[in-house]
Amino acid sequence: MPDPMKIRANVAGDWTEVKVLMSHEMETGQRKDAAGKAIPAWFIQNVTVTHNGKTVLNAQWGPAVAKNPFLAFKFKGGAKGDKVVVTWQDNRGEKRTDETTIG
Amino acid sequence: MSHANPVVRTAAIVAALCAPLAFGQGGTVDEIAKYRAALQDGNPAELWEARGEGLWKQPRGPKSATLEKCDLGRGPGVVKGAYAELPRYFADAGRVMDLETRLVWCMVTLQGYSEADATKGPFGGPDHKSDMEALVAYIASESRGVPMNVSLANPKEQEAYRLGEKMFYFRGGTHDFACATCHSDEGKRIRLQDLPNLASVEGARKAYTTWPAYRVSQGELRSFQWRLNDCFRQQRFPELVFTSDASIALTMFLARNANGAPFAAPAIKR
Repeated sequence: MPDPMKIRANVAGDWTEVKVLMSHEMETGQRKDAAGKAIPAWFIQNVTVTHNGKTVLNAQWGPAVAKNPFLAFKFKGGAKGDKVVVTWQDNRGEKRTDETTIG
Repeated sequence: MSHANPVVRTAAIVAALCAPLAFGQGGTVDEIAKYRAALQDGNPAELWEARGEGLWKQPRGPKSATLEKCDLGRGPGVVKGAYAELPRYFADAGRVMDLETRLVWCMVTLQGYSEADATKGPFGGPDHKSDMEALVAYIASESRGVPMNVSLANPKEQEAYRLGEKMFYFRGGTHDFACATCHSDEGKRIRLQDLPNLASVEGARKAYTTWPAYRVSQGELRSFQWRLNDCFRQQRFPELVFTSDASIALTMFLARNANGAPFAAPAIKR
């Protein structure tokens, strides 16, 4: 099972700022191993963030995103104690979901 | 991108055009500092800290025990501030130990691992994640902000310090290098990286308190132990044996020289 994410969500005025750290290899498919064989691509393809069940971000990622990606964004609304849920899915079909409450 | 605000885009182009100018004499250092500051928020080292905390609390090994009874010097299970006081003398083991050596000791005595298993693969790489580096990240993070306070009260601690000092200045290997060859002058560089002057109080403090660190170029969290090993490799010295007296002594010398400075790791480095 993939390692957990680190999620922080804080209210700043009318906005909620969400910061997410994900643990992932994000292999591009362009690299070769010591034997000269191409290392197959392995990267997060889909990221979804919901606030109290409503989707506030939906992203399609490719292999150009760095290893152990950091995602920061803001959405309008949100109050202390609300639930923010982040889900990613990679091109191997592996999934990870973590949540936090807005502070 | 098609929705990008034209003002933002123009600003980005202006910034791109100005960037080469910033890389003049002295500017490079500032730019690297800015780069580190920009990355500090969202430092992936936190992922290692979280994994290390999990490993600390998870029953493992033949005895299926956690490390929560491990005495890092401030009493069994006390993690807070422990890293800032290591290496230190441990009466139960009868020797001076750095964090990694102490963790191996706990893995052997508490969890029932063999010494060989406990010291296997201390550094993470493309094929395996290092449990040791994750544990070190977690324990180090619990000393963030704590002033370095390495003791030399015990004669064994003094002996380790003196040995470490000797090693720091000892020239050898195919290149006739010592640690001091690169690390005892101000303003030396390797490629674009400033080399800290570890012979100065300021340099030792800045260097020691910023390891472990997430190495962006490697996508790995690296411990101070790793830093020493890689310095040995760069000097073409024989491999620094993990948990050896030599390794502990060198750590002791540098950690003690950083005394007084608030511990500031896990950090992030290029």
